[in-house]
Parts: sequence; C-alpha cells; structure tokens
Amino acid sequence: MTQEKTSLLLDNGRRLDGRELHELRPITMRSSVLDRADGSCYLTWGNNKIICAVYGPRELHPKHLAKPDRAIVRVEYRLATFSVNERKSPAPRRREYELSKLIKESLDAVLFLEKFPNGTIDVYITVLDADGGTRCAALTAASIALADAGIPMKGFITGCAVGKVADKMVVDLSDVEDKDGQGDMPVAMNHNTGEITLLQCDGEFTTDEVKEGLSLAVDAIGEVYKMQREAVLAKYTQIEGKIDDLGEEEE
Amino acid sequence: MGILVSKNQLVVPGEVLARGSGVNVAGGVYRKKVKGETEIIASMIGLVKIRKDSVGVVPLEGCYIPLEGDIIIGKIVKVGITSWNVDIRGPYVGALRVNSVLDRDFDSLRESLDQVLNHGDVIKAQITYFDRTRDPVLTMQGRGLRKITHGRLIEVDPVKIPRIIGKKGSMIQLLKNMTNAQIIVGQNGRIVVSANSVEKENLVINAIRKIEAEAHTSGLTDRIRAYLDAEKRKL
Repeated sequence: MTQEKTSLLLDNGRRLDGRELHELRPITMRSSVLDRADGSCYLTWGNNKIICAVYGPRELHPKHLAKPDRAIVRVEYRLATFSVNERKSPAPRRREYELSKLIKESLDAVLFLEKFPNGTIDVYITVLDADGGTRCAALTAASIALADAGIPMKGFITGCAVGKVADKMVVDLSDVEDKDGQGDMPVAMNHNTGEITLLQCDGEFTTDEVKEGLSLAVDAIGEVYKMQREAVLAKYTQIEGKIDDLGEEEE
Repeated sequence: MGILVSKNQLVVPGEVLARGSGVNVAGGVYRKKVKGETEIIASMIGLVKIRKDSVGVVPLEGCYIPLEGDIIIGKIVKVGITSWNVDIRGPYVGALRVNSVLDRDFDSLRESLDQVLNHGDVIKAQITYFDRTRDPVLTMQGRGLRKITHGRLIEVDPVKIPRIIGKKGSMIQLLKNMTNAQIIVGQNGRIVVSANSVEKENLVINAIRKIEAEAHTSGLTDRIRAYLDAEKRKL
C-alpha cells in the first residue's frame, strides 16, 4: 500500500510554513553571550537554536597535532540529545563528524592561522534545537563567535541553503522540506569577496536549477550577512546609545 | 588611492577600508589584489585609524600577543627543576628561568624551586624574548618586578589595556589619585587592585569594567572622573 505524499506547497503557492518561495525564516543573532568563552554567539534561525563558543588562540594539547607554521582549527559540532524528534545519543555520530569537518574546512579558508603557529582555535557548536539548515546556521554563528573572540579573519562566513521543493527552487529549507523535498544545496561563502567555502548538493538538479539556486543563495547570504554585521556591532552601538542618552539628561 | 571610511568608524572583518595603491597598512587590516587593484580590508572588529597615508583598525576584541619588553602579570602553572612555566594569558606559555629570578647561584640538588615561587603564585614579570618559533621568555629582574602577595586580580580584554592606562598614563593616574588604590596593570590584560577597604577596591574594579565596556567611545576620562566622584560620595 503506498501512501500519497502531501504536496510541500500550498494551493496559494506558498510553502507549508506560510513563507514565500524565496523568503528566509526569521533570524536573530547575539554575540558575547557566554562569559567564560573568548567569543560566543547565540543564533536562532526559524526553529533552529544554536549556541557557539570559541576559545583561543591557545596552546595546543596534544602537542603532536601542532603545526609549526600555523594554528589549527578544531570544530566540535554537536546535536543536543533533545534537539531532534527522537532522543539522540550524546555520542557523536557520523553526521556530527561530517559537519564538524566541513565547518572546520570552511572556517580554515578565512582565518589568518599563520599568525599563531603551534596554537589552536577551538570552536564548539551545540545545536539546541534542530529544524533543517543547521550547518549553514552553525557556520554563520561560528564566524560571529570568532570575530567576537578577536581572531583575525578575511571576512565572515555566511551560509544559507537552497533546495528544490515541488519542482520549484526555494530558499532556506525547513526540516520537512529538507527530508521530503527533491534536493537541497547548502552554500556558504565570504560575502565580501564572493568566495564560496562550502557547497554541497543532495538530490537531483538540472544545470539551470543549480545556477538559479546559486544566485538565490548569494542573495539570501547577502541578507544574512547584514544581520551578522549588526549582531557583531550591537554590543558597541548599544553602549554608545546609552551614553548618548546620559548626555542628554545632563543637559 | 582612496580611503572609503571615516576616522573612528566601527568596522567588522571583511569590510573594504581603502582602494588603490599608495595607502600604507597599519595593524588589523590586510591587503588583497582584486581585479588589479589593491584593496585594504579589515581583519578585526574595531575602530578605523587613519594617519597621514596609512589606514588600520584598532581592535576592540583580541587575545594577548606577547611583545618583547611588555610588563605582564603571570601565574605559575608548573614548577620545574630549573625553570617555571608561567601562564601569561596568551596562546603560548612563558618560560621563567631560575637565573632570571634569583641573583645568587641556585643548586637544584639542595633546594627546590617551589620555595622561591610555587604553583599558583602570581608574579609581575617582563618579557625579554619572544619570536614565533619559540615560547616567550620572562624575567623578574628589573624595577618593580616581583611576586604579588596581596590585592585582587581581575582580568580584562588585553586590547583594552591601552585605554585603561590612557594617554601618557592619564586614566590610570586618575584612578590611583581619586581612590588612593594601588593598581598594577599587566599588558596581558591582568590587573591587580589593592586598597585599604573592600569598597574602594570594588569601586576601582567597577570603574575598570566601565572603561572596558566603553573603550570605543570618546570623552571617557571625563566620564570616569564624574563616575568616581559620584560613587565616592556614596561610600
């Protein structure tokens, strides 16, 4: 007995959560949320909740991993046990190793690691609530946390997924669209230079669809980048605002 | 040549500060050639610094990178046979050799180093040697370099130390004069505060926290003076 699949698009052409085809989910970002870490970020992206902490550059143990000409980046991406529908075992799985690796490689491309030979930069990402697109959200959060830690970098890495749902290219897939859709394509790039540091593809796309998807992703990344920039500077602009208020009261 | 930003503007990594040749770079930026044209791009969060024909970024976040000659406040993390390892709050552990602490000869067979400096001791020391191939070397021979025995140790962001010291030491003098506290500032972002009462120490620490939070704003010395005046009256 086969079950008929429900369509992922509503009759009015919108998506199941009411979004337009090329609309992002609501995103919030805050930097410097953790006191102990050198840099940190809390990011919500739709129903995704991600917290990221950065330590370093610091001394690397075990020493044999050290590179004499540059620092290494260690990324630990973890899904919390309660982040998914069924309890996830706290031990890292294949998926977490994969995401840690590709986030690391993506960040490697923008950090000036040669400034800290023999050192390490540790990035810990915990997904508290997962609803599709966590790798892009995690990368976005990680670059905020790295900038917050004062680690020199070429620019922010910003991520956003695109995909195919009901034969249409859509931006920022949710969990349902990711699982039941026809394909997804996470993209991450340095928005300032246009260099793509992560591009994966799952499912079947025609050449035109890939081209369309990439240009959609670039536009979406531009939007996310603006929020990223604001989030990083919020800490300073808020204080400036407070002081201006005080000045007016005195007058 | 063209500088695209204004002085003291807040920038984030990746923002283009200047285009074309003829612009020199100061810290916190990097150069990149884009379509035959040189761009100067920020690599840190910070405030734009423009001087004559150079552009740079004064970072607002950052770790401590040792510099030869820096006075730092370190913590002993390991006591060896003839040297100590010192946590200097940077990416590397400092090495302190016994002959740069004691004037006399030291016989490692008869005495042990933990009688001189033990694990967990806080010291004021100077960096004598550092390059990127070897760990920083410290010394405790110099004026005022010693073991710190009393006071409250606080940690601030190392990039904000210049602001806490102020122009020609104006800010730190203000703090000392208005509170009569003894303040030792290490370039690595550690500060030891000691005063004759806990309230006064708290006042100094709060003032330092205020400087740290408002480091990127102008007119800070005046605001700190007003703050100390107001708080002192409450004591």
